[in-house]
Amino acid sequence: MSENVKKEKAPKAPKIETTKRKRLSLKQRENMMGYIFILPWIIGTAIFVIRPLGQSFHFALSNVRMTPMGRQVTPVGILNFTQILQEDVTFPTELVAYLMRTVLATPVIVVFALIIALLLNSKIKGKGFFRLIFFLPVIIASGPVMEQLVSQGAGSIPSMNTSAISSLIGFLPDFLEEAIMGLFENIVMYLWYSGIQILIFLAAVQKIDTSLYEAAKIDGGSTWECFWKITLPTIKNMTLLNVVYTIIFLSNNEQNTIIETIKDAMFGTTGSKGYGYASAMAWLYAVIVTFLVLVFAAALMLKKDAYAKQVKKAKQEMRHQERLAKKLKRKGIRYAKQEARRAGKPVKAQR
Amino acid sequence: MQSKKQDGQANQSKRSAKAVAVPKRRIDKYAVKKWFFGSKDTQGAGKLIAIYGLLICIGFVYIYPLLYMISKSFMQRADLLDSSVNWIPSVLYVKNYIDAFTSMNFVKTLWQSVVIAGVPTLVNVVMCGVIGYGFARYDFPLKTVMMGILIFSFILPPQITMMPNYLLYNDLKILNSLAAFIVPSFLGQGIKSQLYILIFYQFFRQIPQALIEAAKIDGCGHFKTFFRIAVPSAAPAILVVFLFSIVWYWNESYLTQLYVCGILGGSEWNTLMVALKGFNDSYSTAGASVTGDAMGSLNEGIKMAATMLSILPVLLMYFALQKQFVESVDRTGITGE
Repeated sequence: MSENVKKEKAPKAPKIETTKRKRLSLKQRENMMGYIFILPWIIGTAIFVIRPLGQSFHFALSNVRMTPMGRQVTPVGILNFTQILQEDVTFPTELVAYLMRTVLATPVIVVFALIIALLLNSKIKGKGFFRLIFFLPVIIASGPVMEQLVSQGAGSIPSMNTSAISSLIGFLPDFLEEAIMGLFENIVMYLWYSGIQILIFLAAVQKIDTSLYEAAKIDGGSTWECFWKITLPTIKNMTLLNVVYTIIFLSNNEQNTIIETIKDAMFGTTGSKGYGYASAMAWLYAVIVTFLVLVFAAALMLKKDAYAKQVKKAKQEMRHQERLAKKLKRKGIRYAKQEARRAGKPVKAQR
Repeated sequence: MQSKKQDGQANQSKRSAKAVAVPKRRIDKYAVKKWFFGSKDTQGAGKLIAIYGLLICIGFVYIYPLLYMISKSFMQRADLLDSSVNWIPSVLYVKNYIDAFTSMNFVKTLWQSVVIAGVPTLVNVVMCGVIGYGFARYDFPLKTVMMGILIFSFILPPQITMMPNYLLYNDLKILNSLAAFIVPSFLGQGIKSQLYILIFYQFFRQIPQALIEAAKIDGCGHFKTFFRIAVPSAAPAILVVFLFSIVWYWNESYLTQLYVCGILGGSEWNTLMVALKGFNDSYSTAGASVTGDAMGSLNEGIKMAATMLSILPVLLMYFALQKQFVESVDRTGITGE
């Protein structure tokens, strides 16, 4: 809120100042105009993001009851959280199931999207037609529609023998097996979720400079090598973007039972459930989603290739040298001499 | 190269008819190999066949649910139960659609859907354009922090902010009305507005600085530059944001139900998606009000017809605009970094 107030004042300030000083500097005026353009967003963020965040955290730590007189908020500490983790029947299991599902489905969706994007990027006829098909799900794959389709069994490929897969992975622990089977049973649904990712990958792949591939070919690189050494490193950022987008999408998707549970808890009349309880649920859920995003991002970004490492090292070395040179310049030649004398070596004056 | 080598070898060995025949066949083999696998410059037929095969197979998997939906929606009860009828219904049974049409109160619901998706979308396009321009054009202090907050608010699950916002709308008396969607989108906080701001941001950053400077020299103010230089060139970004926004507002049923349609009733708004969500219930109540056997009992065919009806408008819009859409996506630099 304080930020909000500060930004609102900014555009008003110059009016008062115009009487004293002739005008603001160009830079100041530019800054002010920038703030004016994004002012709606600043107000919106304060009202619809920062304030609710604080309030829902407050709710999560208290018991909220709706009475005819209004809201009654009594602080209860972390009672809501302990209640969810210890007494709730469905929520923790749903949370674990969600975690497994997302961890498994995200790589499948992203890799699949990459394959489709690469196929679409090759020199073929009817590109527009295929692109039309592959982007179709973005238009129609919404919650209720998917619900209808999945309940009809249109979410899986009919000829796929799921029992064979199930016997193949029978050695795995139960919860893992369940998650993998769920993935296979709804494979069409998960493929449907990759529309936007295909779009992002396709645009990224198209932007790669073709001269890179030509150079690689002259040096005798095969298509396979080109893919691993050129395509993949170049679109690394886009891969990260897609992974994050996929996790967010899967988390906020209406096929996800957790968000329905939270909504039910919000309007639940039974027992201690209510806004406080639902807020605690939402916070737990959000922490887990953020954790997932961070884990995936770290897994993707921490692994640097050898070239990038070398470049970074060289840059660091260069910066170090520059700093030394600057220091020398600032402190003067005398300092250098002093240093040298201390080291026991006579040294020529440096320019 | 290879053939010469082969010839030389053939000469060295005794000249039998067999030895002559061998290199000839090998030449053919080489040509076939080249035709099939391709060289470094050309694509081989084998590779093309593989690509087309994969694309067609996966494409089929993609449109399989859609085909399934269309096929089932035209089947009558007997066809649905008959295992010998697989894809093509024995008669084109339209009554499914008529039943779904009446039970969803289609005309009224469609109109409300269009309003609920359309008005916030228009607001979104305008406001996200303005905000995106502000972020792209100006370098003000704290800009990186604000961009960070922007991305953070995109990642944040809406469940956290859902409850306080619900209460806020309730206190402001805009719950269960269209304003519950318009107010947030006016302040750049609608459904996925952050994404649209980023799209506009990427796009406006591509406008050459020289153009803006030239406008400034010619006496354009900040707002005039925005309206005369930035907006006219932003057609692709506007189209992409418009399409995304309208589709996502159309498809949203969770928040629509919560904020606009009223989860506890008390709102006259309804959208096709929300109607589809509660289709099973609404069908039985509608069926009860219609006397006699005017409506058959609920079956897959009717459900599929209802699903089809609710996605048809966006589907038609997508087919009509898809060419411009694809071009625009290429030009907006959605993925620019």
